[in-house]
Amino acid sequence: MKILVPVKRVIDYNVKPRVKADGTGVDLANVKMSMNPFDEIAVEEAIRLKEKGAATEIVAVSIGPAKAQETLRTALAMGADRAILVETEEEVEPLAVAKILKAIADEEAPGLVILGKQSISDDSNQTGQMLAALMGRPQGTFANTVAVEGDSVVVKREVDGGLQTVKLALPAIVTTDLRLNEPRYASLPNIMKAKQKPLATKTAADYGVDLTPRLKTLKVAEPPVRQAGEKVADVAALVEKVKALGIA
Amino acid sequence: MKTLVLVEHDNTKVADATLPVVTAAAKLGEVHLLVAGHNCGAVAEAAAKIAGVGKVHVADDAAYANGLAENVAPLAAALMADHDAFLAPATTQGKNVAPRVAAHLDVMQVSEILSVEGPKTFTRPIYAGNAIATVESTDAKLVITVRGTAFEKAATEGGSAAIEAVSGAGDAGTSSFVSSEIAKSERPELTSAKIIVSGGRALKDAETFEATITPLADKLGAAIGASRAAVDAGYVPNDYQVGQTGKIVAPEVYFAIGISGAIQHLAGMKDSKVIIAINKDEDAPIFQVADIGLVADLFTAVPELTGAL
Repeated sequence: MKILVPVKRVIDYNVKPRVKADGTGVDLANVKMSMNPFDEIAVEEAIRLKEKGAATEIVAVSIGPAKAQETLRTALAMGADRAILVETEEEVEPLAVAKILKAIADEEAPGLVILGKQSISDDSNQTGQMLAALMGRPQGTFANTVAVEGDSVVVKREVDGGLQTVKLALPAIVTTDLRLNEPRYASLPNIMKAKQKPLATKTAADYGVDLTPRLKTLKVAEPPVRQAGEKVADVAALVEKVKALGIA
Repeated sequence: MKTLVLVEHDNTKVADATLPVVTAAAKLGEVHLLVAGHNCGAVAEAAAKIAGVGKVHVADDAAYANGLAENVAPLAAALMADHDAFLAPATTQGKNVAPRVAAHLDVMQVSEILSVEGPKTFTRPIYAGNAIATVESTDAKLVITVRGTAFEKAATEGGSAAIEAVSGAGDAGTSSFVSSEIAKSERPELTSAKIIVSGGRALKDAETFEATITPLADKLGAAIGASRAAVDAGYVPNDYQVGQTGKIVAPEVYFAIGISGAIQHLAGMKDSKVIIAINKDEDAPIFQVADIGLVADLFTAVPELTGAL
């Protein structure tokens, strides 16, 4: 079974994003970029399934600028077998990403597509579900545990009240939550080896997908700033404050 | 504009998460509800009483019992032939179903809206709430998820909507429900609690978390939350997590105990009315957003606070 793993290049999760002065977006110039953390978890899960013998090949895909090659090389260094970059300098919305991934899935015929549940840039949390709908296949979103059993996959999902387990017929789409696994670091020899692994470059036009955005961003602004209050000296002073709130 | 709101429920009761979505939908136009479930008549009746609702569409079928997105999304998409906007709460259930509906309709979803600025214009948080985008949809129909803390809850009484049975394709045959482990708790639910006591990594282990946080929460009748670090370390279950990728909360009072205040955590709680932080590190970022801060060792300060209240 082949596994397709889409990965996105995003602002590093340790960097505090700054809104551009002209209100058109977030400033990405000279900012450290990394693989979206949920996508790292997706790559790791695919590798673990391959190590268990449940998968035979892992194809990493990224849709983004030429620099997204670095993100794909990271996936290859972790253990993906080959990569596809669909190169575009434009922002691509989840719906268009899902359409490109659908076209790639039609060509590659993966048994599983494992994606991060959301990117930490636009926080949409849509792509996996949209891809599943376009492919007409089931989805196991916000996965906490993934087990391939014959021609199905059992996914334990993190839901608001706790956990829910579903059984999906393959091919299926899985989106990762935080506790699915802890991604490995790529070793230096593997980083060197990753440079030799195949990386194909394509365009959205190759897949016949129109990237025209459906949402117009009219403005991007800083959120209201919360002012720091006061520090109290000791517990007795805190008790006074809490009592003054009328909650105890 | 005619809207269709996905009702969140457990086949017996309407979940509170539905109510702010009704308020958001009412800003766009006429509000219709969709109850997809099994033996869910009581839910439909309660839904019909929500103030401002014009009609309740009920699809009662074993295929919808557990809200599987593969089965519910085509049903909602078909009903969208007669509606202009589909709205769902930004809960795990809403997030699971809505994008699937959007893809069926070839619509780009607007996720987790904070406000309605116009018939097709909304604000939404990006980058963990470090920026707020104003976006305008150019699609013919709208698909939206709504952040519950950003809208008032609609009243659960006062409406008398007509209930209409609808049917869809039923079981898509690709997925099945196996089991669920839903914690039963006497505590208020995290996203609707008035007071939340949250603990972080500094709580050391599950036993210490329980022994330190629970008595204070009990005293205040509060819900218990946690930072990602505390959840990852196994102190508490995953559904306690407050933050960018966990739950978004905005209680009257939020206690952050032994939580340093990473931006991902702040994203989930910074709209709380009053934030109280206890941390021994006086430079912890949590103090930059806290209304009341106490620099102290939580292991002595929290029991002392609990005892004095």
